[in-house]
Amino acid sequence: MINKIVKSASEAVSGIFDGATIMISGFGEAGSPIELIHALIDHGAKDLTVISNNTGNGHIGLAALIENKQVRKMICSFPRTANSVVFPELYRKGEIDLELVPQGTLAERIRAGGAGIPAFFTPTSVNTPLAEGKEMRLFDGKPYVMEFGIKADFALVKCRIADRYGNLLFNKTARNFGPVMCMAASHAIVQASQVVETGEIDPEIVVTPGIFVKKVVEIANPVSENQLIRENRRYPWA
Amino acid sequence: MGLNEVKGWNKEEMAGKIACDIPDGAYVNLGIGLPELVANYIPEGREVIFHTENGLLGVGPSPAKELEDDELINAGKKPVTAIKGACFFHHADSFAMVRGGHIDICVLGAFQISENGDLANWSTGEPGAIPAVGGAMDLVEGVKTIIVFTQHTTKNGEPKIVKECTYPLTGKGVVNHIYTDLAVIDVTENGLFVREMAPGVDFEYLKSCTAAELKLY
Repeated sequence: MINKIVKSASEAVSGIFDGATIMISGFGEAGSPIELIHALIDHGAKDLTVISNNTGNGHIGLAALIENKQVRKMICSFPRTANSVVFPELYRKGEIDLELVPQGTLAERIRAGGAGIPAFFTPTSVNTPLAEGKEMRLFDGKPYVMEFGIKADFALVKCRIADRYGNLLFNKTARNFGPVMCMAASHAIVQASQVVETGEIDPEIVVTPGIFVKKVVEIANPVSENQLIRENRRYPWA
Repeated sequence: MGLNEVKGWNKEEMAGKIACDIPDGAYVNLGIGLPELVANYIPEGREVIFHTENGLLGVGPSPAKELEDDELINAGKKPVTAIKGACFFHHADSFAMVRGGHIDICVLGAFQISENGDLANWSTGEPGAIPAVGGAMDLVEGVKTIIVFTQHTTKNGEPKIVKECTYPLTGKGVVNHIYTDLAVIDVTENGLFVREMAPGVDFEYLKSCTAAELKLY
């Protein structure tokens, strides 16, 4: 019998090892799997490379993981936002590496990684500093830059509904990187607000087919990052 | 300054001008900040679909405070609503819309725009600054028409329209139209053509605020 449901966030992340590459879903706070990230902080794996659009907010979630010195390198498109304080400070001190990738290139590199495409050519970033040193090629007289697909050992993803096969439905703009990250990680770990019986999700509307997912944990009432930031909370909880 | 102070258009008037130039049926991406104003001024009777690159086609107006949803936001991470007929999609699909030439118009801000339509809007290249690019480079390469919505000069009065950008580029030769508080300017193969000037602005004054060659139609 196939059953990808695990009982707790800590069980879900227990296999993450030092030096792993981890994709973390979310755009700003929408879709950020805060409970899984906090379980990873408790778990303690370090020397991680994290691929995520941003670098977290305040002192919770991804920001707390970075603050806990578990992340060696960030691959992202927009490392600073209004509430991002942890990453900028470490970056200025030279204590964390950054690979800056245009947002669409990041999404496509992840998609390609998951789809078995080692590299592709894109017009994005041509003639900018982000294309320096990269292979270029002309197609129909127009220059394109070569970008590599990215894979990861793990993905931490938040969704709305899942079943035991790992079929997923997302919530509004919290979908963002979740589906492609599930594809690109050898071990996609998903927190779902609700786990339903197989057959309850209409096959016509499945967003992420279960084949891309390894583990699902139900987190019925996920925390609100915004609210935690308004309350100036920190993880580990004081 | 005194009596001779030139005021030009205010931000709402600039947004209104851009909105009037967006045709019925267009798919439009609005950048973070000033460009977001454009959505408020689409003339009655026109149907325009707003795209936000974090995964929504059919962005509606801002919700009332009590209806804000942390998981329904725009690229600026502000709460929005979804119109009837809206759809959500993942990031790779969203940027396929962008890069694949499916979005008609993108309105964005600028640090500098050059005579040949180069745009710099992501980094001032200052040491110690945290580089952040987001989707700007994808948008300028992929969207059919790129509109820049900006003040004509910086807060210190330095021209933003220049012969060549000194800041790192977002894209080369990508800008089609520039809407500033002083003028509307078209970027063409033959240079920068002034389509319209704000009330009280004459060509000589406009040239004095611009560090690139301007032409009149």
